[in-house]
Amino acid sequence: MLKINNLHAAIEDKSILKGLNLTVNAGEVHAIMGPNGAGKSTLANIIAGKEDYEVSEGTIELNGEDISELAPEERAHNGVFLSFQYPVEIPGVSVTNFIKTAINENRKAKGLEDMPAKEMLKKIREKSELLEIDRKFLSRSLNEGFSGGEKKRNEIFQMAMLEPKLAILDETDSGLDIDALRIVANGVNKLKSKDNAVIVITHYQRLLDHIIPDFVHVLHDGKIVKTGDASLALELEAKGYDWIKKEVV
Amino acid sequence: MELKEKIISSYVAFENKVNINSAIHDIRTEALENFEKVGFPTKKLEAWKYTSLNNVLKNDFSIFLNKENAIEFADVKKYFIHDIDTYKIVFIDGKYSSFLSETTHDAIDVCLMSSALSKSKYKPVIENYFNKVAKQDNLTSLNTAFASEGAYIHIPKNVEVDKPIQVIHFTTGAEAATMTQPRNLIVVDENAHVQIIERHQSLTSNAVLSNVVTEIFSARHSTVDVYKIQNDNLNASLVDNTYIDQKSNSVVSIHTFSFGGKVTRNNLNFYQNGEHIDSILKGITILEGKQHVDHHTLVHHIEPNCESHQDYKGIFDERSTGVFNGKVIVNKEAQKTNAYQKNNNVLVSDRATINAKPQLEIFADDVKCSHGCTIGQLDDDALFYMQQRGIPKKEGKALLMFAFANTVLESVKIPEVKHRITKLIADKLNVSIGFDL
Repeated sequence: MLKINNLHAAIEDKSILKGLNLTVNAGEVHAIMGPNGAGKSTLANIIAGKEDYEVSEGTIELNGEDISELAPEERAHNGVFLSFQYPVEIPGVSVTNFIKTAINENRKAKGLEDMPAKEMLKKIREKSELLEIDRKFLSRSLNEGFSGGEKKRNEIFQMAMLEPKLAILDETDSGLDIDALRIVANGVNKLKSKDNAVIVITHYQRLLDHIIPDFVHVLHDGKIVKTGDASLALELEAKGYDWIKKEVV
Repeated sequence: MELKEKIISSYVAFENKVNINSAIHDIRTEALENFEKVGFPTKKLEAWKYTSLNNVLKNDFSIFLNKENAIEFADVKKYFIHDIDTYKIVFIDGKYSSFLSETTHDAIDVCLMSSALSKSKYKPVIENYFNKVAKQDNLTSLNTAFASEGAYIHIPKNVEVDKPIQVIHFTTGAEAATMTQPRNLIVVDENAHVQIIERHQSLTSNAVLSNVVTEIFSARHSTVDVYKIQNDNLNASLVDNTYIDQKSNSVVSIHTFSFGGKVTRNNLNFYQNGEHIDSILKGITILEGKQHVDHHTLVHHIEPNCESHQDYKGIFDERSTGVFNGKVIVNKEAQKTNAYQKNNNVLVSDRATINAKPQLEIFADDVKCSHGCTIGQLDDDALFYMQQRGIPKKEGKALLMFAFANTVLESVKIPEVKHRITKLIADKLNVSIGFDL
């Protein structure tokens, strides 16, 4: 599904990714872990198409097509979803209207008519129940005054509504209490299928207790330096990252 | 001949058409003398520092159109709020169109200034109210000198008008350049309620200058809501002079939606002559190209225990310019005044300009007066967030701008007007999204 080959990227002349390779197949869950400043969020933003970064080398392919020149919305139309580490507050736009607009713009890009209002409402009801979101919450301004946990739950709600092919969860576990973590993880697991893939970016093992990864990658100094199965995450939790840094050197 | 001379020398011809042996005509003549003395405003005047009419006044305006120009309803239907029943007072090139209008002379007077000025049954109202709140500055004097036609609305005591009144002035462009001087008088008696929708629309790209004066008298416990839709052609300019006299416990709201036009100047003046008055001034301005809109507001708090609420939102793209000059005067006697003023602006382009100037003159010591003015840009992070969810940049920008302006729309009481404004904003921003927030 996703094939990243020898990716080099910089922001304001500061080199962040230095030859990153990653292949994610449909039906898989990949976890990317690593110390602060390793380039985890940069990777997520570059896949989503944020313009602040300069990609100097390498390719990003989604289902065999190079997406590195596409605008962020075109990548979204192709099925890329990023759950933001810090979701942006947009005063004056309600959660419901935002997601309606997003869904209909995605449909428009595919040459489809707007989703009928009844179908939209049904879907909103189903997905908000899945994430245990109060209906009143949906009429509030997007992310405005939301707690950290509410913001993250709202991200996964949008993911559930948009049904992406490739979902990247950038530190979705930060700011969540245990109950919210369970709800969010449960939501992600329910959405998983053999046709889509998930990349979980996290510092900690605890999310991975709920969303079991097929692969765990360690990102360090702009490259993936180690790949293993779910047990690698446990090892990292116990031993920290220093041993890997030493191993690399 | 210079425009000013042309106007003054045409006064004799104008006098042939009106009753010159009347008190009204004495007012006109005095106003003409004043205009002759002060002329058109220039940037040397403090009140006109940021708005120049020079470019507009270069046109060789026709001042009186002798020809009656007819238009078909089908051609202009889109300029009406046509999905609800309304009274309509319609003018074509400054002349009343009975064909397009729908007026009444029953319990309420929704009719014409020309009738009101000439028929004896209207005389008491005219004597009490005509030109009583308008202040004779440059352009109000010019209008007063030639005041002869416009909307005349009188709502008697305790009447809640059953449907909104639309006042629409069309310009056909039959002449290369047309200047009109519409004069409106709106008298709302005690405990009465009326809603008015006002629009000036030119039907060709020929130059137009409308210099409008509207006087509104809002008696005790009355409610007046006015919606001004300014979405004219790019060669049409407008000077809207609105003067409002409010008595105790009255509520008057004026919403001004400025999307079109070449140069638009809104002089909006509230005088609070009583207690427990509420004055509401709101506006959304969205401009592009070289458009220019100047909101010049005045709220004069004369007596105690009154409120005023101002909320103006502006979005400026390309080389457009905006002005917000909001003046609040609180007299020494006007204790316990609450006066709020907000003016928030977004500059979409580096070449757009906004001149914002709040002016507070407070002589009382027990008052709450606030003013906040911001100038900002669209949030790039919010745009990326929207794009990531599949909303293209143009639509994302439009959604952000609409959300920004929406606080003003929330207080629009007629759903069809709100719906129309929403549509006009979508058209202006060139997107086809619903904004049903």
